[in-house]
Amino acid sequence: MKKRLSAAPFAVWMGIFTVVPMAIVLWFAFTDENGAFTLRNIAEIWQYSGTYVDSIWMGALATVICLVLAYPLALSIARKAEHVQRTMVMIVMLPMWMNFLLRTYAWMSLLEENGLINHLLGQIGLHWSIINTDAAVVLGMVYNFLPFMILPLYSVMAKMDNRVIEAAQDLGSNNWQILRRVILPLSAPGIVSGVTMVFVPAVSTFVISKLLGGSKYMMIGDVIESMFMGDGCNYNVGAALSLVLMVLMLICMSLMRRVDNGEDELGGMMA
Amino acid sequence: MGENKIIELKNIAVSFDGEPVLKNLDLSISDGEFVTLLGPSGCGKTTTLRIIGGFVEPDEGDVFFDGKRVNDLPAHKRTVNTIFQRYALFPHLNVYENVAFGMRVQKKPNDEIKETVARMLKLVNLVGFEKRSVSTLSGGQQQRVAIARALANNPRVLLLDEPLAALDLKLRKDMQTELKNIQKSLGISFIYVTHDQEEALSMSDTVVVMNNGEIQQIGTPQDIYNEPKNAFVADFIGESNILDGVMIQDYLVEFFGRQFSCLDAGFEPNEPVDVVIRPEDIDIVEPVKGTLTGKVTNVTFKGVHYETIVDFKGFKWLIQTTDYYPVGSVIGIVLNPEDIHIMKKSEYSGMFGDYSSYSEEFDELGDPEAGLAEDAGEGEE
Amino acid sequence: MKTLSKIYNGIIFTFLYAPIVVLIVYSFNDSKNRVQWGGFTLDWYRDLFSNELILESLAVTLQIAVLAAIISTVIGTMAAVGIFNMNGRLRRAMESLNNIPMVNPEIVTGISMMLMFVAIYRATGLLQPGFATLLIAHITFCIPYVVLQVMPKLRQMNKHMYEAALDLGCTPFAAFFKVVLPEIMPGVITGALMAFTMSLDDFVISYFNSGSTAQNLSVTIYSMTKKPVTPEVNALSTLMFGSVLILLVIVNARQVRDLKKQKERR
Repeated sequence: MKKRLSAAPFAVWMGIFTVVPMAIVLWFAFTDENGAFTLRNIAEIWQYSGTYVDSIWMGALATVICLVLAYPLALSIARKAEHVQRTMVMIVMLPMWMNFLLRTYAWMSLLEENGLINHLLGQIGLHWSIINTDAAVVLGMVYNFLPFMILPLYSVMAKMDNRVIEAAQDLGSNNWQILRRVILPLSAPGIVSGVTMVFVPAVSTFVISKLLGGSKYMMIGDVIESMFMGDGCNYNVGAALSLVLMVLMLICMSLMRRVDNGEDELGGMMA
Repeated sequence: MGENKIIELKNIAVSFDGEPVLKNLDLSISDGEFVTLLGPSGCGKTTTLRIIGGFVEPDEGDVFFDGKRVNDLPAHKRTVNTIFQRYALFPHLNVYENVAFGMRVQKKPNDEIKETVARMLKLVNLVGFEKRSVSTLSGGQQQRVAIARALANNPRVLLLDEPLAALDLKLRKDMQTELKNIQKSLGISFIYVTHDQEEALSMSDTVVVMNNGEIQQIGTPQDIYNEPKNAFVADFIGESNILDGVMIQDYLVEFFGRQFSCLDAGFEPNEPVDVVIRPEDIDIVEPVKGTLTGKVTNVTFKGVHYETIVDFKGFKWLIQTTDYYPVGSVIGIVLNPEDIHIMKKSEYSGMFGDYSSYSEEFDELGDPEAGLAEDAGEGEE
Repeated sequence: MKTLSKIYNGIIFTFLYAPIVVLIVYSFNDSKNRVQWGGFTLDWYRDLFSNELILESLAVTLQIAVLAAIISTVIGTMAAVGIFNMNGRLRRAMESLNNIPMVNPEIVTGISMMLMFVAIYRATGLLQPGFATLLIAHITFCIPYVVLQVMPKLRQMNKHMYEAALDLGCTPFAAFFKVVLPEIMPGVITGALMAFTMSLDDFVISYFNSGSTAQNLSVTIYSMTKKPVTPEVNALSTLMFGSVLILLVIVNARQVRDLKKQKERR
């Protein structure tokens, strides 16, 4: 079938620009500055194990919060009339068109010690010292990734056959039971998509942590970045750190796939 | 109908994913002939059609058009046209452009296109529909656009893949007549695929009965019906009671411990055979007057007749009769020699003809949806 | 229940838009202070247009986004068609290949490409970090988005349509352009738009693959946030937001108008 050949440019391009770089990361991870094989880089990673754990924890926290916040919203949008749905989806997506740095930066100015929120709170004698803490970073992550959780959930919910819900009602379920026994399981593919889209970026972010957590705050993304840019530059250790990060994410993702039991399409939710 | 063989398939074999779909198939189509490939889902009829159309390459064997070997000729160069199941009209083009598509590909001049499209639309009774968008048409109308689109290219052979499967009964019957008329008036060959035996019998010059990738029988509708070659054909076409018998000698057959005269000859003495008796051919009489007697176990009113299941010593017969015989009554039957048809034993012997599992068989045969599932299996490359 | 849901939705939307509103409002603030309101001004907008660095990065960003969108759409659409016609192991391999940039953390994709460019530069002296490396990186992460948008459309298409075109005499090539492409076009366009958006907004991958001559807007902004930021950045973001908003409103209005036309025709 000649039609298969049309994927040839794709295969070549992705091969060169995806697979080869991965191989190079591998190479850097297992060699030292002179190109000799070493396991020293991997050994160095141990001192960062705490950072890995923290990052995964924060990422998971942000993902769960996103899921909890997004679910009711997606559900309510999916039940609305079609033209209303479209408008609301647009409203959800619009902030994503604003530069992600700027939005994070805006949160910075909102949350600062002398920022807008504290300014307003100060009027009634309150103060919220959130900036440069874990909480601020999680808030920043939730803010940035929330639309990526809403959209896949909404997409799956919108396609749900209303008659299934009617059947459940016909069989005597109240709303709460319908949610738990019908909607929740049917929306599982959307949940998996959403979590996939949020968890990995959340764990590996480095900008949000810098801006909202302060310059001393280090998530694994920050550590890796510092290995490639700036003074403490060490490509080899950086490569090793990246390799481990990649493997950890793959493990987490496949654990989640197993929970979901079946193929999920990353693209299905974007359609 | 000419003797000129415009299409020949010799020794065709095809497998998909390791599964054989066609085995050793030989078939020839004459000019002007209406041929129907008839069989159950998965028998290979659609695949055969697609081999002729050029969408499937046979693993073995040759395809000839007018005596020339065309195995390597790609679909877009073959002078046949296809009506696909569910029509496959181009949704982004209106009716006129759909019909004109083939001619535009051949870069025919606009005047010629206009004239031909008008003629085609007249042929299928869709004059005035030129500007309509195809998505606004009903199933029957889309069907006719598909026919016009195919015929506009003046093919010598038209391939039709279960074209009427998605239409409702009344429309289907009307379209059957229309298609037959079109074929006769154009004088070209039609190769028609269906699982509906009534359709096949009413429209065709020649019926090719297929099962499991092999041709079971080729013949005129009358031949297929009256002289089925094996138990499969006997069962697939119409209803049949099929029993084990022994051919004592020419024109004499024995079953149920009795001997009956029949009209068939050419078997070995005492050869075991399959005996076919059509339900509509059986006469019901009083028990004393009958050659065999049995008890009625099931009666269903079908409008045209009663479907009556009768138990003869454990073997269940289907009898179609306009008289009502209640369940439990004892009846006698009379068999005339011309109603007894003998077939050689085959791999299908013993599989069909006994109406013990009466209701399941009936539902399956009458199911209009059964053919649509075939598209998924057979249509794959 | 309904009011509860309305309140909830309202809170979420407020959350989503709070920083954006802040950015917009303060772009008109006649004071560098990020909190106090000093009066309305358009100074920052004026300054924006004379800030060469920002304008240059904007140009680079737009060029990259357009080029990456076009190239990745072509490669991606062709890929989708090819993969759609594959089976078994080959198909799974291609799909995995497509998944790599999507599943990998962005930072890993970014540094891996950077390392590759560094290796190439050390070996051959070609491909110094600059426009070319940035473009290559962007195309690479855009392609999967296109593939994932086009594949479902191929699946939805009646496969006999392509065969019908062949049956009527089209060469396979012509059949693709005349019949398949119009059918999958919504997917192609959505894919292109997604590619454009992802490229426009990209920070992480661009950060590692820019050069001094070619900086993405995001990268420029990041370098600006190291020191106290001037509200020119606010002005820029307001303009960007405003133009996207207008664009989306226009597109939406046209969609609504087209739907109405379709309904009237019946």
